[in-house]
Order: sequence, then C-alpha cells, then structure tokens
Amino acid sequence: MLAEKYSSEIESILAKYPDDRKRSAVLPLMYLAQCEYGSVTLEAMIEIADLLDIDVTQVASLIGFYTLLWDRPGGKYRIQICTDLPCALQGAEEFAHQLCEKLGIQLGGTTPDGMISVEGVMCLAACNGAPMFQVQGPDGIQYHERQTVESALALIDELRKRDDSG
Amino acid sequence: MADHILLRHRDIPDLDQLEVYLEHGGFEAFKQAVTGMTPQEVIDVVKASGLRGRGGAGFPAGVKWGFLAPGVFPRYVVANADESEPGTFKDREILERNPYQFLEGVAICSYAAQANTAYVYCRGEFWDLAHELEHKIDALHEAGLLGEGIFSTDYSLKIHIHLGAGAYICGEETALLDSMEGKLGQPRLRPPFPAAQGLFAKPTVVNNVETLTNLPPILNRGADWYRSIGTEKSAGPKVFCLSGCVARPGNYELPLGTPFRQLIFEHGGGIPGGRSIKAILPAGASAPLLPATDEVLDTPMDYESVPKIGSQLGSASIIVIDETVNIAWLVHKTTRFFEHESCGKCTPCREGTYWMHHLLQRIERGEADLEDIDLLEAVARGMQGKCLCALGEFAIMPVISGIQHFRADFEARVRNGR
Ligand SMILES: Cc1cc2nc3c(=O)[nH]c(=O)nc-3n(C[C@H](O)[C@H](O)[C@H](O)COP(=O)(O)O)c2cc1C
Ligand code: SF4
Ligand code: FES
Repeated sequence: MLAEKYSSEIESILAKYPDDRKRSAVLPLMYLAQCEYGSVTLEAMIEIADLLDIDVTQVASLIGFYTLLWDRPGGKYRIQICTDLPCALQGAEEFAHQLCEKLGIQLGGTTPDGMISVEGVMCLAACNGAPMFQVQGPDGIQYHERQTVESALALIDELRKRDDSG
Repeated sequence: MADHILLRHRDIPDLDQLEVYLEHGGFEAFKQAVTGMTPQEVIDVVKASGLRGRGGAGFPAGVKWGFLAPGVFPRYVVANADESEPGTFKDREILERNPYQFLEGVAICSYAAQANTAYVYCRGEFWDLAHELEHKIDALHEAGLLGEGIFSTDYSLKIHIHLGAGAYICGEETALLDSMEGKLGQPRLRPPFPAAQGLFAKPTVVNNVETLTNLPPILNRGADWYRSIGTEKSAGPKVFCLSGCVARPGNYELPLGTPFRQLIFEHGGGIPGGRSIKAILPAGASAPLLPATDEVLDTPMDYESVPKIGSQLGSASIIVIDETVNIAWLVHKTTRFFEHESCGKCTPCREGTYWMHHLLQRIERGEADLEDIDLLEAVARGMQGKCLCALGEFAIMPVISGIQHFRADFEARVRNGR
C-alpha cells in the first residue's frame, strides 16, 4: 500500500491544493505508484481513486493520455530517444537505429533481461544537445545530452550494475 | 548582447545560488513592489514596458493582468513551464541556470494579480529540474522571501511545483488548467477566459516562464529602459532557440527585431559543410515554413514583421533546414508530431491529423500517386478554421506551406520512392 509507505510524501502532495480540490494530486500520486511498482497497477489506481474520492476510471483514463504513465511494465529503465524534427536533423534517427542494433532489439522493444527498453519520443526541449535521450526509471527521469552510441552503451552498463548492487 | 538580461547566468557564475542572486540585486524589484507600490502600479509599469507574452501568442502581459475579474478571490498565477514545441529549449535553460530571476518574476506577477498561491506547471520530463526548483522555493521560504507577511507587510505568497506527465497540448493554457485539476489535459471552450474563470474556476493569470523572467529587470530599470530595446511594437530582449542544420545550435538572447540572417549566420555560425540554406521554420513546428530567400533572411524577428512574410514568430524557435533535406520528409515529421499530440477532443483535428499522417507515410514510402499530394492539401484545407484550439491550425501550416513552396520535393518522393 502506498498510503503506509509514503504517508508523508502523500501529505505534502495533498497540501499543495485546496482541500476540496484533491483531484489535482492525481498525477503526482500516479508517479509515486509508478516509481514504486514500475507501472501504475490496478491496485494502485484503486487506492489513488479512494484517496482522492474519484472514480477508478477517472484515474485509468489518464494513462492513455499522458505519455509518461504506463499501465504495464516495460524495461526497468526506459531509454527515450528524441527523434523529433530538430534532433533528426542532427542525426538522432541514425543514433537510435545504431543503439538498437547494438542491443539487438527493435525501436520500441525491450532487452531479454527486461532491463532496458528503447523508444523514440517527441521533442524533449534539449534540441541543441542532440543526439539526446531521457532515462525513465525507478528514480524518476534524467536527461543525457550530446550522446554517442558508446556513451549510451556505457550508461546502460552502469544502469545494469546499479541494479545488481541495489 | 554583452550583458544578458534574461540569460544573466552566462555573465554571473553561480547565479542559481540564492546568496549570489541576492548579491546581484535579487529580490529588490519584488521588495520595491510589495513595500512601495500598489498592485495596480505594478500592472501599469508592465503595461508601459510593452512586454508581450513569450509563450507564442505575443499578447501584452500587463493588459492580460488587467482582465482579472474585479473583486473575485482567491486568484491564482500559473507559470507555464510545459515547453514542448519542437525546437524550443529556452525555458529549460532559464529554469536550470537562472531559477531565482524566474521565481522573482512569479512573485511580482502574483503580487500584481493579488494572488497568494502560484503554481509552476512543469512538463513531466522536467522531473529533475522540478525537484531542484522545489529546493529553491524552500530556500526562499527560509530567507523570508516567500510565506506569510513578506517584508513585514500583510502580503503572503506560496509557490508550488506541479509536474505534468507528457502531453504537448497541456502547454495550451486551458488544457494546462484542466490537467492541473487532475483531468485529461484538453482545451476548454472559451469564454470564459482564465482571467475570469481559470484554475479551480477562479481568476487566473497564465504566463510563460520567459515572460515572467522579464519582470524583475523591468521593475528595476523602468519601462522606458525596456522599451529602448527591440522595436516599437515588439519591445525587449528575446531568447531565440536556434536548432537544426546549423553550426552552433543554442539559445541566443537578442533584441526583438534582429534579422534571421544575423541569428543564423553571425551567432549560429551558418550551415556546416559548405551547404546552402533551403528553408526556415521560425516557430518550431507550429507556423508556416519559409523558403530562405534574401527577403526572408533580412526580415526582423519580431511579432509584426514575420507575419508580413507569411509566418509567425511564435515562441521564436528557429529550425534551420539545409539543401539536403526533402521537405516531404520534414512535413511527415511535423505531421507525425501533431497526430501524436492531438488531444482528440474535436473531430477535424483528430481525424485530419490522422489522415494527413497516413497520406504522408504513403508519400514517404513511395507508394503514393501524384493525386495524393492534392488530397493531402485538400485534407489540410478542410481542417482550416474548424478546430477547437490552435493545435489543429498549427498542424496544417507546414503541410500547406510545404506543398506551396516545395511541391517538387513531394513529387520527387512520389516518382522515385525512397
Ligand atoms: C498547442 C499549444 C501549445 C502551447 N504550448 C505552450 C508552452 O509549452 N509554453 C507556453 O508558455 N505557452 C504555450 N502555449 C501558449 C499558451 O496557451 C499561453 O498563450 C501562454 O502560456 C500564455 O503566456 P504568455 O502570454 O506569457 O505567452 C501553447 C499554445 C498552444 C495552442
Ligand atoms: S484542435 Fe486538436 S488538440 Fe485542439 S482541441 Fe481539437 S483535437 Fe484537441
Ligand atoms: S527535437 Fe529533440 S529535444 Fe527537441
């Protein structure tokens, strides 16, 4: 249960909004669940709906709408490469292609160990740092700009190690 | 510009530290406002400065604040940090490197609007940045610059960070407000405008990050000084985001009215590899494409001049296209973006972006006929003027202008395939 493990986080999230407008906390609470479970599970949706006095469908409908929310697990770390126009003009599509080839997966796929997914995404407001990607994982989202296939593979090694030791 | 006004962190190291920001005159403007000016006086100075919104529409900031429903409280200020337009990365630099000037701007705007609560709506991808900003806000509370009874007056203010979760449409101000209320981020029918009924149905000011970052220097140095920068109708400095086929992509703070040529060739170092420039997208994916003629390159980048040559300045995200780029491919990219980001609330945009994308895929794969180019244009024209919000209108601009100026590129794709 989120409510027990994260009671102080939940309290400080709710405190940001007027008492009769708790529904505003739905996205932050879904993030909390996703960091904990790797996706927003049905149990988590029910719990969030209860906390906010809204319908479960009102929580569930947000998942398809917002690209950073997932209702099923993918790779533990999702490497989201920006392949939008400005980055593509700086070689981002080739970069994505080569990285997937090295990992032996298709764009949108996950490595067999379930650790790494690679996806192509829209502009991340870092167009002067192409090729670039963000890593979405258990500890939120981090940006990595001015990447090469080698630097990306080194980062992936590090993520795998981090997982072994933690 | 030797001394930056908005990207001041480039001149002053560690400006993201509160002590450093305070040493360089930080929060003096806010103090002056709260202790020596009425909210209306602040609005008047901002009106006189000519500051226009930097989020895309260029609407005069002080005028917008003047629309707040009189006598209705509480009121809210929401800073728009959703920054998701392809080619736009200025707000992120400000938030990361010069966060206190932005936060002081939020505070000044809140005082002028008589709001005691402000929110910063950050796109969900700005996760790290949002957590960093929360620490900065904590530091302001500890320094007594936020909270109850600021500067021993009865004014109080809290600023909260709200993270989105990945949706370009949430940058549209009414979609942003619905998203903040925990709903799907879809645009609202207007009126009522946010100034009458915004967040939680209360009077609300929504301004872009860069707009707000202009406020401390305007109060410190005055409206006349501000008006001396830029052009008569487009006052002040602007952060231009330069990306695409250019040697030195990046943010450049320059006066409004600087010509495209100067940005692209002097500051951006021109096109690498001796190639020539073919076209410009002046406002990310959301405005008509311009062929890079001498007339276009010599046009001043301001809110009046760019429309005169058939496009928009928007958020001033200049994407440079060189001669190696096929425009059908480019339009396929922008259309894919809008198809993905269409919120689905109205039919012309939801269906139109789908069909335009479908046709462009056929053209790209070499499976199309020449008539498909006309069909594509017809779908785009069919959407024109029928969409509920500006996203649908943005989506057709690269399509129509692309076919208009570079039809041969589409035909080449059809004839040769890939
Ligand atoms: C589809 C769409 C996306 C938008 N995205 C943004 C955005 O990311 N950031 C922003 O500040 N304004 C964006 N806007 C403009 C806002 O609706 C609004 O005009 C702006 O935040 C007002 O602030 P300003 O007057 O300071 O520019 C967008 C508008 C549309 C139609
Ligand atoms: S124009 Fe597109 S984005 Fe705007 S409301 Fe209609 S479907 Fe949604
Ligand atoms: S296009 Fe890739 S970050 Fe903007």
